[in-house]
Amino acid sequence: MSEQTNHLFEFLLRQGDNALVLGHRTSQWCGVGPALEEDIALANTALDLIGQTQLWLGYAAEVEGNNRSANDLAFLRDAYDFRNILMMEVPNEDFGRTLMRQFMFDTYQVPWLTELQNSSNERVAAIAAKSVKEARYHLERSRETVIALGDGTEESNSRMQNALDYLWPYCGEIFGADEVDHAMSEQGVAPVPSTLKGTWRACVERALSEAFLVIPNSEFAHSGGRTGFRHTEHLGHMLATMQTLQRSYPGAEW
Amino acid sequence: MYAQMVKSTGKGVQALEDMSPQDRAFQERIDRGEKIEPKDWMPDAYRKNLIRQIGQHAHSEIVGQLPEGNWITRAPTLERKANLLAKVQDEAGHGLYLYCAAETLGVSRDELFEMLHCGKMKYSSIFNYPTLTWADMGAVGWLVDGAAIMNQVPLQRTSYGPYARAMVRICKEESFHQRQGYHIMIKMAKEGTADQKRMAQDAFNRFWYPALMMFGPSDKDSVHSAQSMAWKIKMNTNDELRQKFVDETVPQAKFLSLTVPDERLMFNEETGHYDYSEPDWNEFMDVISGNGPCNTDRLEARKKAWREGSWVREGMMAHADKKAQCKIAAE
Repeated sequence: MSEQTNHLFEFLLRQGDNALVLGHRTSQWCGVGPALEEDIALANTALDLIGQTQLWLGYAAEVEGNNRSANDLAFLRDAYDFRNILMMEVPNEDFGRTLMRQFMFDTYQVPWLTELQNSSNERVAAIAAKSVKEARYHLERSRETVIALGDGTEESNSRMQNALDYLWPYCGEIFGADEVDHAMSEQGVAPVPSTLKGTWRACVERALSEAFLVIPNSEFAHSGGRTGFRHTEHLGHMLATMQTLQRSYPGAEW
Repeated sequence: MYAQMVKSTGKGVQALEDMSPQDRAFQERIDRGEKIEPKDWMPDAYRKNLIRQIGQHAHSEIVGQLPEGNWITRAPTLERKANLLAKVQDEAGHGLYLYCAAETLGVSRDELFEMLHCGKMKYSSIFNYPTLTWADMGAVGWLVDGAAIMNQVPLQRTSYGPYARAMVRICKEESFHQRQGYHIMIKMAKEGTADQKRMAQDAFNRFWYPALMMFGPSDKDSVHSAQSMAWKIKMNTNDELRQKFVDETVPQAKFLSLTVPDERLMFNEETGHYDYSEPDWNEFMDVISGNGPCNTDRLEARKKAWREGSWVREGMMAHADKKAQCKIAAE
């Protein structure tokens, strides 16, 4: 693979793996949501993310040119080949953390996918155009929920604050600016993610202040997911579950 | 319908001439095929029976999310994962319409949940069986949704309007689910590897009799059917539906090269139906009375979800109240 192709492949894995891993985590709520309406809404979000995964990883597999499919990439890679940010893989814990994570991600995805619609790469632009509509709806919902639960009761406020405190150090990884990011920017495929930090921060601050939640006073950011250098311990367990059939019965079709 | 063993509150069916004028007028409306709507007068026993039946059906939908939900995180491909998730989501949707239909009879969703959680209301015994391999997603879709459709299609004509209308939509989705389940079975039992074929046969062996039990006890032992049939809450007898299910399913199993786990199964030229072995009704009674393989876990999973979700529901309500107060203050 040429360096240029490799950068594009890495970029596509980052998009696809974020959707795949978050979609998987969200799907874990099916059947046990706090109310039927929430159960249904979470399943919708998960379904959108699985659909986006198919598009991003499908294209990644084509770019790689190794005769692999989106399913091969999802079910037959090991943890160190995953390129999602760490925040996507940490466990759901409770509804509060699940929705706070969704909100943090959606607040980035909307401007990010909006930009990607102008990508010099037509396929990227097309996937972004489809996904951004879903992301806008996700953001509307996750933002409203975060505000409602931050404002709601003492308990819901404290749970949302705990979720925010836990997730905050994982947010910084979204705004990378490494070799792949710069290569994508130079080719006009995508902006460097770090350039969106200001927009993201302003939106997050506005919502969290309406939610009576306090942003932790720390700029520390975990990293290692989007490069694959060091994932959390949680990803291995998630993949052990997710990949069990493909790993146990090589070559079988389902 | 997932409502076997709905206990009727009636004391047997009264003849029209023995009824009070009000009861008689009501029965005549039903006999003419008119729909009963929420604001219409209805006998208390009719209302109570319907609440039990719709409530049990609704509970079955949401408890029924659990055995299939068990495989969402292990679905073998992205397509299968999306299909299964969408299916289980549909079940939640069915639960929602049915709770809404029950609410038109004057019982709230929270009250119904409460009755489920304390064991006062039941859900279909089929969901007390475990799902052990991916082939179970095929078997459940094909057999369990198949049996449910057999029960539910006639309920589109049931006498209570909101229930009948909910069933129209539910039936459309269920038949899609059944096809999806059958497709999983085709991939595994017909086109699959030796391991997949074994999984498919194993799943079929485990779900065949529980699926037959879904129609409820044999007519001769079913004491509650007559009044429900007179009220057109129930449209066919248990045995009629079970026979129809067997007649349709056996050729499908043959197509899949699966063996029906019943040595006595044989086509009867005289009746034009398959003769088959009755399920073990002692097992059925055990499962109904709480001793099925998963009863405790299923109910606990529902109670846990409800308990752990309480802060969310309370938080949302508190926020909505505050917003409403702000609005009033602003006006």
